[in-house]
Amino acid sequence: MMVDRVPVTLLVNGQPHQAEVEPRLLLVHLLRDVLGLTGTNVGCDTTSCGACTVLLDGESVKSCTVLAAQANARSVTTIEGLATPAGELHPMQRAFREHHALQCGYCTPGMVMAAVSLVQENPSPTEQDVRRGLEGNLCRCTGYHNIVEAVLAGARVHPTPSASGGPDQAQHSPAEHSPEQQSQGHQTQ
Amino acid sequence: MFPNPFSYARPSSLPEALALLAQYRDDAKVLAGGQSLIPLLKLRLAAPTAILDIGALESLNYTRVDSDDLVVGALTRYCDLERSDVVRRECPALGHVSSMVGDPQVRHRGTIGGSLAHADPASDLPALLLALDGSVLVTNKRRSRLVSAQDFFHGFLTTDLADDEIVTEIRIPRARRSWRYEKFARRAQEWAVIGVVVIRDEQTGTIRIGLVNAGSTPLRAHTVERALADGADPASAARLVVGDMQPSADVAAGVEYRQHLAVTLLERILRELDVAA
Repeated sequence: MMVDRVPVTLLVNGQPHQAEVEPRLLLVHLLRDVLGLTGTNVGCDTTSCGACTVLLDGESVKSCTVLAAQANARSVTTIEGLATPAGELHPMQRAFREHHALQCGYCTPGMVMAAVSLVQENPSPTEQDVRRGLEGNLCRCTGYHNIVEAVLAGARVHPTPSASGGPDQAQHSPAEHSPEQQSQGHQTQ
Repeated sequence: MFPNPFSYARPSSLPEALALLAQYRDDAKVLAGGQSLIPLLKLRLAAPTAILDIGALESLNYTRVDSDDLVVGALTRYCDLERSDVVRRECPALGHVSSMVGDPQVRHRGTIGGSLAHADPASDLPALLLALDGSVLVTNKRRSRLVSAQDFFHGFLTTDLADDEIVTEIRIPRARRSWRYEKFARRAQEWAVIGVVVIRDEQTGTIRIGLVNAGSTPLRAHTVERALADGADPASAARLVVGDMQPSADVAAGVEYRQHLAVTLLERILRELDVAA
């Protein structure tokens, strides 16, 4: 049946949420305007720049090009979901800080989420892999050099997707709501 | 930016989806991964009153071998095609060309069926399917029918799909092939200014050539194929591709530049594949 309001149930950063939304509502606006998670930026709004990148079931997507309704029964991770509740940064966030991988910072949330997804799919990327893997994210400040350095460094300490309680996991992972855990099937419904 | 209002359904089975489509027909637009459709909705270049979201039909995401064909479910995403062992074994060109589409985020959402149904001449997979001599299974409430890729693309963003039909499966004949895909884009993640794919069947020696963004539909370079079959050398065969194209001029390139690119990329591929003079 066609409806004009659609119920959406999803996990965001490990927390269950429910909302009844207009079908045309985009995922990025659900995150920012309904749930108040404004860490995800809207950049180009035309599927080009990647500023709005989040993880959907552990995989990077451009949340300006996903309907909120399409995220029903799925798990979303935003930049707010990477650090531990105690505030310990995710290894990729730390690597961005340590390698000065940002200037204005506008692309950074999307860049970090794309990097997390990239490293989950390819735990030991080469520089070329990183450059190709970030093709969907534009940065107008840095010239990318330090971003690539940061992703390579972040990859070296990144908890592997299959690790559930391995040494990396214990040391680095935000235990309650890491994207790795969500991608292993914690879904609502 | 956001789309015009529309009503929405997210059926959980194919029969349910087809029943809804039979009811709404032209008023409904089918949504798969949405990487072409949602941008169009946001730009309001498309403003359907109803969206039929088939994204929950997970049974349409598969790659397998069925006797003489590699068979791919319509909702198989580009990233699935890149990762699939069956694709890597049976038709590595399909995995490679999929890896050249858009960017990782787009490949995590976009589907092969969506790409074919959208029929953008600048998309990578439609021209590949032509060169692979593949076909498209389309299904409505009552029956399915198999349409060869050659007959599937009618015009700009227009296909053989009736308004009550959904692309459900793609079939590619199994064969031992050598192949190359060359795509020229101005920047990473952008559409091809021109793309050229060449597929050679190693058993029969038959060469099929697909052209991306060389006209209003994905195209075959029939003239070049015939010349090669008659023994033309790579350089003179490649020059004939100009007659197989009806390129348009846009902000990325003029007509002459597109022709030049197609000749250059095609000649390069033919030499790499060592197509004998």
